Amino acid sequence: MYAPILMHIPDGFLTIVVSLIFWAITIFMVSLAVSKTNQTLGEKQIPLMGVMAAFIFAAQMLNFPVAGGTSGHFLGGALAAIVLGPWAGILVMTAVVGVQGLLFQDGGLLVMGANIFNMGILTAVIGFGLYRLVVGRSRAVRLIMAGVGAWLATMTAAFLTSLELWLSGTTRLQIVLPAMLGVHALIGIGEALITVAALVYIEQTRPDLINPEKTVQEGGRGWVVGGVLLALAAVLISPLASSNPDGLERVAENLGFLSSGVGPNYRFLPDYTIPFLGDTSLSTILAGIVGVLVVLFLTILVGRRLSKPKKV
Amino acid sequence: MHVDLTDQYHHLDSRIHELDPRVKVLVAVAFILSNALLPDGSWIAFALSWMILLAANELSDLGLGFTLKRSLIALPFALVAVSAIFSPIGKPLTVWDLGFVKLIPTDAGLIRFLSIMLRSWLSVQMAILLVATTQFPDLIHALEHLHLPKTLTTIIAFLFRYLFVLSNEVFRVLRARDARSAGLPGVKSGGNFSWRIKTTGSMAGQLFTRSYERSDRIYQAMVSRGYTGHIRTLNPHRMVRADWLVLAAAAVIIVLIQLVGWIR
Repeated sequence: MYAPILMHIPDGFLTIVVSLIFWAITIFMVSLAVSKTNQTLGEKQIPLMGVMAAFIFAAQMLNFPVAGGTSGHFLGGALAAIVLGPWAGILVMTAVVGVQGLLFQDGGLLVMGANIFNMGILTAVIGFGLYRLVVGRSRAVRLIMAGVGAWLATMTAAFLTSLELWLSGTTRLQIVLPAMLGVHALIGIGEALITVAALVYIEQTRPDLINPEKTVQEGGRGWVVGGVLLALAAVLISPLASSNPDGLERVAENLGFLSSGVGPNYRFLPDYTIPFLGDTSLSTILAGIVGVLVVLFLTILVGRRLSKPKKV
Repeated sequence: MHVDLTDQYHHLDSRIHELDPRVKVLVAVAFILSNALLPDGSWIAFALSWMILLAANELSDLGLGFTLKRSLIALPFALVAVSAIFSPIGKPLTVWDLGFVKLIPTDAGLIRFLSIMLRSWLSVQMAILLVATTQFPDLIHALEHLHLPKTLTTIIAFLFRYLFVLSNEVFRVLRARDARSAGLPGVKSGGNFSWRIKTTGSMAGQLFTRSYERSDRIYQAMVSRGYTGHIRTLNPHRMVRADWLVLAAAAVIIVLIQLVGWIR
């Protein structure tokens, strides 16, 4: 059974450059999240976050009918960030996306950085940021903003996914962007409504888990800035992007390095020849051997490092 | 999103199963990276990669066609890449005039589409092989060895441990919903739209509070059994000679595949 949430990008659909860019951002944010949660939460919170991650994973099986015969699925990034705080929410969603990719091949391994960013980090920033903005207001305002945040988070994730696919030369933006945004506009409504309904239930039964004081502690105003900016960016750029195909193609040509395969940039062994030997088969063979020796050497170095006895 | 939560691990006693999980993770990632590095249209290199994959299938006693059968997972996403065929770069092959739109497939576009599909198909098979030959707890332990932060790996370990428990809760809740919204065959059962939303929200909220309270009990239970912050394993995961040889061999093979792919 496959959900219409085409957000788990498989391997091969993004180029190395795009994958690495998002890996860098994701590693940075997740490392920050790890250190923040270590500081503020005790060790008790790790089982909590683990079980919450299992909850999000399981909750994603809750389906609701969208239009026609299709059904949408709950993503949960915004809910996790609002209830658990943004940093814990990021860790929880990272674990969810990680296990989906590793264990169930829902999403690739090399492109997991992008997937984690789209579905875990982006949704946390926008979901929490917008909620935090109105944390001092009345309950109705908070709930409405939670819903709006969940919807915007879903849309922005869809927008960014389309952007990543386009930058990698995998699709044409004027085809993928309207499709993704259209489908996720509907799914996002479901996400928003479920998020709000869940928040209502949790606030009624466990008001100690979600209340304004706690939310203020979990994240500062920086999140508000980030969330608002990202949401605004998505809202403003997407209509422009879908309606100006020619301009986009020009941009794509200029950004050609992102979509073409990574060429050998470093002229260490130009065209696989040893420089002074010139373009002969002997030089190619020798260059190959040099390459292999370098790789072996690196592997042994890594191996030495890995085989150091583990300090318990 | 998978509903099939059956265990992906196939317990066998092959050479590949015995390998250190770190080696398997590194080789799998290197293989996928190698696919991504190969330029569009390097068919021979892709074929070589596939042969390595088949060899790995065979060596793991899972049968040559094991990953092939399960590799159709990524197929729905192929739709996304179809538009690459019509990219404006490259020589136009023909023109399909559909009235409201003119589709012009190009040679570079077609090569790109096929290369994307091949990369994706090869990579997903390697990922399938990885989880079929490595128990998930060992996989998590390997990630720890490879310096993933312990906080994250422990969360993943808990996720795995309680995923099946919570999934059963979800099925229970869904069954309860169905039982309370019975209807005649052919007639839509349940209530109107707002009923559905309220119900789904309550289910999600209930699941959340049940999970939250459960995690509290879990933590207390673990502390009373000596939990000090991270999950210890009995298996020390030592790298033996076979592991190093496999790692080195994989490195050599991948370099050779890259050479084949990049030398025109």
